[in-house]
Amino acid sequence: MLKLQEVSKVFRVGAFGGKTMTAVDEVSFEVARGEVVSLIGESGSGKSTIGKMVLRLMSAQAGTITFDGDDITKLDKRAYYRKVQGVFQDPFSSYNPIFKADRVFSMIKEVYFPKEDDRVWRDKVASALNDVRLDAGAVTNKFPHQLSGGQLQRLLIARALLLDIDFLVADEITSMLDASTRIDVLNLLADLKLRGLGVLFITHDLALGNYISERTVVLHQGRIVEYGPTEKVFETPEHAYTRKLLASVPQLHRKWEGV
Amino acid sequence: MTTTDPITAITAPDPGTAPISVRREALYFAVRNGKLLVGVTIVTIFLLIGIIGPFLVDRPPMEYVGLPMLPPSTEYWLGTTTFGQDVLAQFVYGVRSTFEVGLLAGGLSALIGMVIGFVAGYRGGLVDEVLNMITNVVLVIPTLAVLLIINAYLGIRSVGMQALFIGLTSWPWVARAIRAQTFSLRSRDFVDLARLSGVGTSRIILREIAPNMSSYLFMTFILLFGSSILIASSLDFIGLGPTDGVSLGLMLNHSNQWSALHLGLWWWFIPPGAAITAIVGALYVANVGLDEVFNPKLREL
Repeated sequence: MLKLQEVSKVFRVGAFGGKTMTAVDEVSFEVARGEVVSLIGESGSGKSTIGKMVLRLMSAQAGTITFDGDDITKLDKRAYYRKVQGVFQDPFSSYNPIFKADRVFSMIKEVYFPKEDDRVWRDKVASALNDVRLDAGAVTNKFPHQLSGGQLQRLLIARALLLDIDFLVADEITSMLDASTRIDVLNLLADLKLRGLGVLFITHDLALGNYISERTVVLHQGRIVEYGPTEKVFETPEHAYTRKLLASVPQLHRKWEGV
Repeated sequence: MTTTDPITAITAPDPGTAPISVRREALYFAVRNGKLLVGVTIVTIFLLIGIIGPFLVDRPPMEYVGLPMLPPSTEYWLGTTTFGQDVLAQFVYGVRSTFEVGLLAGGLSALIGMVIGFVAGYRGGLVDEVLNMITNVVLVIPTLAVLLIINAYLGIRSVGMQALFIGLTSWPWVARAIRAQTFSLRSRDFVDLARLSGVGTSRIILREIAPNMSSYLFMTFILLFGSSILIASSLDFIGLGPTDGVSLGLMLNHSNQWSALHLGLWWWFIPPGAAITAIVGALYVANVGLDEVFNPKLREL
């Protein structure tokens, strides 16, 4: 469904843009319908840049991103966002702090469903909130600071559901949540998968990637070092970086033993 | 490593909720802020003088209406000038035109500064480079010299022209400040989310970014309003003001030209001087008060 072909992004840095920094270097991978693909990498590996390019918040310097066979840069933006949506890392930065949190829903209504009857819309919102296991009464008409990070992230997933999307870019959506709510949000992504959505799950946490995804892409300094079925990547890693990464994960049954 | 059973979560506790809206909170502190109240009261009094005054004073401001150089009396509350003009009539019309200049020039420069600042800050890149260059050029224009030349060739005849000139020259620092703030706001995720909702650029600026700095924009306008009044008064005083009509600065200019100070006609120059000082001073005091209202760190509890 979503296909990246040799996508690169080069940033100009320094005074007068004299130097360049390659954030994403000829990255190619594919996400199919009903599939979760994890994009795993450390900070600065270019994983969020890929997410932003897929969401057309940034343009790629080279290569093409296609959605259902169409080059996404040639699609109408509004029509594209009807099918592809994103949820970001920081739930508190994702909401305009001076407005109520459910404004993200009314924004969708204004742009995509201006003629819809208010009562019908309210039912739609309530059912979308129900899908993400939120109680409409508890989260509507509240300011972002009155809600928890997990509630805010789930509101954003509900927002995406209102658009009846086919594809979701989840950019580190659980990294700022505490452990108890983290798994809640992850299970929601699994729900989306069952509905037939494609999900690009961007994370730096290997355990989360393993928990949820069919296939895994390991990114290191803008390049793909490992790409394949999750089991294969985790059990028989080919690249030295992936092995190092896997060895560095703290595990529940192992304790620190001195270095 | 390959279990697929979903893990169940521990239910997260509901965070504490205190439903105070931002706006109501600002109002709560506004009505309890002494500086703001004093400033707003003084400005309102002068505003009322400027609005209602001209209807209550039946003498025309620039015409001979009585004996010259009369001190204040029950007949002429603020006395008369060397030409037998009523100082009170001049004063109320002068306050009116002073507010006109302040509103027009302040409004115009706020508008230009905001448009340029928002566009430069949001767009970035080449657009920002060009707009920033224009801003810097206007910033270094020696306003007074340019005005002297313009006045020599065209002549500034009306309050509107004067306001236009002040408005067109005093926006750069506004543009720079708003550009800097927009830069920091546009990288926030909620701006990206608005873009993902298919919202256009102008609506993102007006409805996502600008409301986040509404207090700053409001204070900017207040400061521009005050500084426009000051600039207009100084221009009037050195004889670069409008040639028709009357303003507080022009009253000072005339009283100076006709040696009111030496002749002891204190009623001619003290009211306009005091009014300018009071209006601008009150605006600045109100501004400090507003700062305390909007900025929790400055609040006196």
